[in-house]
Amino acid sequence: MDFRFTPEEDKFRQEIRDWLKKNLPKSGSGDRFSRTSDDNDANPVIYLEFAKKLASKGWVAPHWPAEYGGLGLSVIQQLIFNEEMAYASAPIGYSMIGVGWAGPTIIVYGTDEQKKEHLSRITNAETMWCQGFSEPNAGSDLAALQTRAVRDGDDYVINGQKIWTSGAHFANWMILIARTDQDAPKHKGISYFLLDMKTPGITTSPLIDMMGNHAFNEVFFDNVRVPREALLGEENRGWYMATTTLDFERSSIGGAVGGQKLLEDLKTFVAETSFNGRPIKDAPGVMGRLADCAIDVELGRILSYRVATLQARGMVPNYESSIAKLFNTDMQFHLGEAGMEIMGLYGQLEADSKWVHLHGRFQRQWMWQTGLKVGGGTTEIQKNIIAQRGLGMPRG
Amino acid sequence: MDLGLDEQQELLRNFARDFLEKECPETLVREMEEDEKGYSPDLWQKMAKQGWMGLIISEDYGGTGMNLCELVVLIEEFGRALVPGPFVPTVVLGGVPIMHAGSDEQKSELLPKIAAGDLIMTMALTEPSAKWTADGVHLEAKKDGGGYVLNGTKLFVQDGHVTDKMIVATRTGGSGEDGITLFIVDSNTDGIKFEVLKTIAADKQSEVTFENVRVPASSILGAEGKGWEIVEHTKQVATVAACAYLVGLSQMDFDVTLNYAKERVQFGRPIGSFQAIQHKLADAVIDVDGSRFITYKAAWSLQEGEDDADLMISMAKAWTSDASRRVVAHGQQIHGGIGFTKEYKIQLYFRRQKWMELMWGDADYHRELVADKLEV
Repeated sequence: MDFRFTPEEDKFRQEIRDWLKKNLPKSGSGDRFSRTSDDNDANPVIYLEFAKKLASKGWVAPHWPAEYGGLGLSVIQQLIFNEEMAYASAPIGYSMIGVGWAGPTIIVYGTDEQKKEHLSRITNAETMWCQGFSEPNAGSDLAALQTRAVRDGDDYVINGQKIWTSGAHFANWMILIARTDQDAPKHKGISYFLLDMKTPGITTSPLIDMMGNHAFNEVFFDNVRVPREALLGEENRGWYMATTTLDFERSSIGGAVGGQKLLEDLKTFVAETSFNGRPIKDAPGVMGRLADCAIDVELGRILSYRVATLQARGMVPNYESSIAKLFNTDMQFHLGEAGMEIMGLYGQLEADSKWVHLHGRFQRQWMWQTGLKVGGGTTEIQKNIIAQRGLGMPRG
Repeated sequence: MDLGLDEQQELLRNFARDFLEKECPETLVREMEEDEKGYSPDLWQKMAKQGWMGLIISEDYGGTGMNLCELVVLIEEFGRALVPGPFVPTVVLGGVPIMHAGSDEQKSELLPKIAAGDLIMTMALTEPSAKWTADGVHLEAKKDGGGYVLNGTKLFVQDGHVTDKMIVATRTGGSGEDGITLFIVDSNTDGIKFEVLKTIAADKQSEVTFENVRVPASSILGAEGKGWEIVEHTKQVATVAACAYLVGLSQMDFDVTLNYAKERVQFGRPIGSFQAIQHKLADAVIDVDGSRFITYKAAWSLQEGEDDADLMISMAKAWTSDASRRVVAHGQQIHGGIGFTKEYKIQLYFRRQKWMELMWGDADYHRELVADKLEV
């Protein structure tokens, strides 16, 4: 039981902080929630430029083994790295799918050629990946996907549609799961592909979210022909490759610290602001609410550290990482909500209003987290997973 | 950074769990609810032989010299097994203030006896005002010749009626935190009367009345008028101990409930296959694990003397009080009718959760302390 970091780890944290001070983009200060709606999340220039800077330090996927372009950081160093990026709201989106999904899956299942072709281009920020998993009729029930890849000689021909595809309008590559066996049970006929987005027959169409951002897309496949080499791993094993916990996929651990920054901003706001002559902190319930937020931020961090502990001990987390994710998503949502409600009528203002408080960050946080409670497995699906895989409860 | 148990802590936990499963079964827990003393002297001696009463007492005084984090691991197991009796009152409410502020004489006389299981203690702090703060201490101690005379009433004194000695918080003058004096008092001194309170957890708290109780000046713990700092330190440890007890209690309530949900069949299938039940238990596991690790953080911060130890302790007690209440509420609901019977065990946890939720400050009390410490 030891909550302290080593002096070397503290030094590493300081190194990242110093580097961020120099290298965070001026525009938007790297703060996702301070931007106006026309300078939105999906701004590829900011993301690409920052990814290039990270690449020059070897920091795109610093936890990957050196042979794949990483620095082989320890679990704890990786945690620190993620915390500092999250605290600074650094624009790391360019490499998110590549580092979090495509790369780790290629490292485990890829051929030498596939590794050679893709991994160093991810760590050098030469490629941006998107994720072709969800479909209009395959959301929570992802295995119900209908996009087909049919063998034709040495090729596969892909037809169908994906949805909620973040960044597909900029991405060079896509990890795609598609049905290769129509007759097999639904989990057993799915294969995993690495798809060049320049391939003829791919059309992307924007899907604007309720914050006004263009992050999502619909992606249509019309007789998209790919060579056999586009298949990753064994045919019809794609479902298991897509859903297995990859034990060195730890790029999301530590993100909860984004909540810490919001809490600090909210504290400062509450301390310094009066409405109609009354300090906000004297309004009923405000300080209790802030205390709850502070406790949740602290616990969110501790639950992440617990997952890192397991990984550092060489164990594969099971439900422990699901509860950390679930707790932290809720925590970040509640923070946004608390901030908005404390601001009263002002809470509803958009970021570019002259009357807005804290750059509209809290209302954007609130809306964004509303999406995150759904994306990547809804809260309800997460709870099913915790109950069934983690606690061994019977399936319905 | 490593939030898990080390080898020694793991050994302690495993040993304690096996020992208590054997020596403190449900039958004993139920028996002690009805028992006048509320604890088993036989079990007490067996626990003493394991060195548990002296766990955090230094080797110089006959203990094993372990630290607060180890005590937390042990008390978690006490919560699991619902061990009845004056363990925490003796070790924490008696032992900690003596270790913290006792004279060499007091330490040499009392600590070895605690470690050996030969001395049962508690602290008489709260009064009918039911306050955890210094302004709640009114019991009067008046100088009289070479000693003091105590008059007043203490309430909610844990296991007071079976103690050999009590640390009594009195007011010798001043107001607030100033002027509070602690005395180490023999519980059988003339003028002290115990009346055991009936509580929902069927634990043994007492009303203790002091009527012209004469105590010598040598029985003062620390310095006259300077007792509150000692109480504060003791409260820190006691609050962490309360959290640890709730962690173990919640874990066991959760385990029992999970098993029940897997076995109980309705509509031709185990009720645990219904999402309505699965989601409750998914929420509960967050509450149990969250309670455990925020408690570890508090214990570690206090043990290591971190600047924000007080904040961490209040965060832990606020969260754990709320979370454990949610866990046992789900436990009752998932058990349905059987859970409401006296015969079935889940209610034992439900009643004790509320007790420990209230002890050393409930969630609202500590949430307010957290808010104060945010320095807004």
